[in-house]
Amino acid sequence: MSEQVWPLYEVFIRSRGGLSHRHAGSVHAADDQMALDHARDTYTRRSEGVSLWVVRSDTIVASDPAETAAFFEPAEDKIYRHPTFYEIPDGVENL
Amino acid sequence: MAYVLRLGDNALILGQRMIELVAAYPELEEELANANFALDYIGQARMLYTYAGELEGKGRSEDDMAYLRPEHEFKNLLLVEQPNGHFGDSCVRQVLFDTFYLRLLGALTGCSEQRLAEIAARAEKEVRYHLRHSAQWLIRLGDGTEESHDKAQQSLNDLWRYTGEMFVADKLDEAMMKEFDGPDLDTIATQWQKDVADIAEEATLALPDEQVMASGGKQGVHTEHFGYLVAEMQNLPRTYPGATW
Repeated sequence: MSEQVWPLYEVFIRSRGGLSHRHAGSVHAADDQMALDHARDTYTRRSEGVSLWVVRSDTIVASDPAETAAFFEPAEDKIYRHPTFYEIPDGVENL
Repeated sequence: MAYVLRLGDNALILGQRMIELVAAYPELEEELANANFALDYIGQARMLYTYAGELEGKGRSEDDMAYLRPEHEFKNLLLVEQPNGHFGDSCVRQVLFDTFYLRLLGALTGCSEQRLAEIAARAEKEVRYHLRHSAQWLIRLGDGTEESHDKAQQSLNDLWRYTGEMFVADKLDEAMMKEFDGPDLDTIATQWQKDVADIAEEATLALPDEQVMASGGKQGVHTEHFGYLVAEMQNLPRTYPGATW
């Protein structure tokens, strides 16, 4: 038997119609279609979802933890980017 | 009642065979899949046994059906009792049975025995997925490496002789068909041939030639492997009657 390790896939589940897919975890699988089967058997046994996405983990381009400062910190002192400076007139509902 | 019981036997014995593989899979994901499937079959057996017990009207429970009947009273197909062997053997067994079982359940869904039709409808959804999964594996084995192809072909050749009895209608099958608008095994045989041929073609496997088919399962005459399976399955309830947890 070969010692070859199956590639890793990330699993995303849409829990109800209208919601977006959320990351649930990962599975190993021999190929793309089998990854879908494994994701179904591993993550949706308790009626967790209505739709599944799987994607090879090594195809995800991720931000570098070492660059956290450059990536995210400039946004921290720019509170004007949050829409919190508007006064809401009385009588406006559903906002 | 006997018909329902026999359906239950197929589900239970196949489930029991698959349970033997629990904790033995080389990959965690496939381990989970197998255990899920095994429990699906055992769940089907429970529904069928409970109903069979009610039809019989002698107060026998699902457990009595599973654990307290002797070997020859089990009327499951020979195919489902065949040992797991290697992965390819199990895979072929699942594909050959589930292609048949899915068609059978589909036909039962439309029968006039309402409770059985409801059980069949529920089981059909489970089996549809099982078949999808097992067929995908068989296609990968057959169309994989030279070694996996040869092993899968050998498994197919070895198990082929247990497929014949699935389509040989006995009195029970005929009664079910005539009185309750149940499955016509001739029709199912034709559908099954095509289903299996399609999967085999994609898997680059050759269907074995016509040959003498083994039979007896439906009459309670089993292969030599069966006694061990029943002994293991019934050991605990027979040693400690009424044990609970």
